[in-house]
Amino acid sequence: MNISGKVWKYGDNIDTDVIYPGKYLVHFDPEEVAKHVMEGMGDGFAEKVQKGDLIVAGQNFGTGSAREQAAMALRYAGLAAILADSFSRTFFRNAINNALPVVAVKGISKWVEEGEELEVELTKGIIRKVNTGEELKFIPHPQLIMDIVNAGGAINYYKEKNK
Amino acid sequence: MGMNIIEKIMAKHAGKDSVVPGEIVECAVDAVMLHDVGTPGIQRPFNALGTDKIADGVDCIIIPDHFVPANTVAAAENLKITREFAERMSIENYYEIGRGGICHQVMMEKGHVKPGQIIVAPDSHATTYGAAGAFGTGLGVTDVAIALGTGKLWFVVPETVRVNLTGKLPEWVSAKDISIYLLGKFKDGELLYRSLELGGNIIHEMSMDSRECLADMALEMGVKACLVECDEITDAYLKKALKGEPYELVTPDQDASYEAVYDVDVSDMVPMISMPHTPSNAATVKEAEGKKVNQAFLGSCTNGRMEDLKIAADMLRGKTISPKVRLIVTPASNEIYNKAMEKGYLKIFMDAGATITNATCGACVGGHLGLIAAGEVCISSSNRNFRGRMGSKDGEIYLASPAAVIASAITGEITDPRGVS
Ligand code: SF4
Repeated sequence: MNISGKVWKYGDNIDTDVIYPGKYLVHFDPEEVAKHVMEGMGDGFAEKVQKGDLIVAGQNFGTGSAREQAAMALRYAGLAAILADSFSRTFFRNAINNALPVVAVKGISKWVEEGEELEVELTKGIIRKVNTGEELKFIPHPQLIMDIVNAGGAINYYKEKNK
Repeated sequence: MGMNIIEKIMAKHAGKDSVVPGEIVECAVDAVMLHDVGTPGIQRPFNALGTDKIADGVDCIIIPDHFVPANTVAAAENLKITREFAERMSIENYYEIGRGGICHQVMMEKGHVKPGQIIVAPDSHATTYGAAGAFGTGLGVTDVAIALGTGKLWFVVPETVRVNLTGKLPEWVSAKDISIYLLGKFKDGELLYRSLELGGNIIHEMSMDSRECLADMALEMGVKACLVECDEITDAYLKKALKGEPYELVTPDQDASYEAVYDVDVSDMVPMISMPHTPSNAATVKEAEGKKVNQAFLGSCTNGRMEDLKIAADMLRGKTISPKVRLIVTPASNEIYNKAMEKGYLKIFMDAGATITNATCGACVGGHLGLIAAGEVCISSSNRNFRGRMGSKDGEIYLASPAAVIASAITGEITDPRGVS
């Protein structure tokens, strides 16, 4: 599975309240949830983001509460993947379960600039800069994670499997 | 290479001989705990899964505790959804209000936790089950629904950090103080995503109540699980709680590997406190002394157990609390409530001027039965002091041991329990 897109950059410890403010926890509809993506950042991200874009962030992306809406908001706003130095435990799970590819690579936040275009080969574990061809390697996700992502999320995956 | 406790549990549940940190495995789940927030929460993903029954082999335990008895109509609706789900799924272990208490305590005392099990819940403090050697962890509602409907879940095998608590525990220093000390020590996310394994002579000298406090509070260090090494004390507790059901203790291999091993000597430890507004904001109680308190809260799944109530009763016998303080006592379960009544603790609390509530999350989660107003200060034996956790976002919460909570209730200001006898 290959992904390519333009990068939005964020720093360390982007928490779930920044990604999806608590006051919207009553919403579960993906369209509605997506409207508030990154609202806590106050940078108008929801209006700027294009389908297929990528986020590159620093350490501990998604720290804070276990709210699934944080991962849902990013996925349904059209983000193709989140690449970060590291992720919080619950965000990582929630992203995979909602079919949003997440890639943890130490040092990626220093390696990439905002606006750069990246190509990500999820199964091979390669991130490539489209302009320069420079590459960064990561350990690809095991088959199970890929299967969940490819199925469109954990519910779909297990629904199929249980048939 | 040998395995540590969580690696052994995960390998077994994944049907493998061994696992290593970083590996992703699919594990069978033994039990799912649900409460009155989680049960309504899982309805949507559970239905989306297209199943209408709980997977074979999964034990589902439902314990309404957060908003009980219902304090709003919305809570009543959620409790109704919870009750109806329990009925529809023919859940045997449904603990109606008055017959259970705070979920994690009920899980432990009613024998729903066995060493070596994997137990998940839509509640972060499921790490408490590690006190009996089980891998307990909190998850989002999608994960919990999948565990319930399929009996399986994927997990990343975590790195494990081992902490050996050694030395001699000074008087007036408890498991809670050790927890707050460790929170201060590991505040830079050193334990994030990790499994914390606890051992050392101090652990083996500790009651189950204290071990449960440690495993509960460990969650605030960002751990995925906290596994306490089993011993004769675990064994004695399990024999009673499981009423003869078979179980096997899990211990780490001699040559198990860890990301890091720390020896923490507690001999010089002093009563600790978490300053507002985060549990890792650790200080000594001495440093916070003199701060006026409006409310003192003794309760929660962290410190609402018999041992905690005993400390409080011993300190309050024949005494009254400061007229400026509301002391709220919430026994962690009905069983504890009853025992405390038989032992005469409740009378001591009443005579001292305390208010006793039913066994509920109540004040701990800022739901009901003890919210604080703007500008008010609460010293609490619970596990979280986030801004607004217990009411107004302009209030302040300090976390400390039951002894420090009671000492402060007596004097009306934050007080080191070593000074009150
Ligand atoms: S007592 Fe507090 S920490 Fe424990 S389960 Fe209830 S709300 Fe959570």
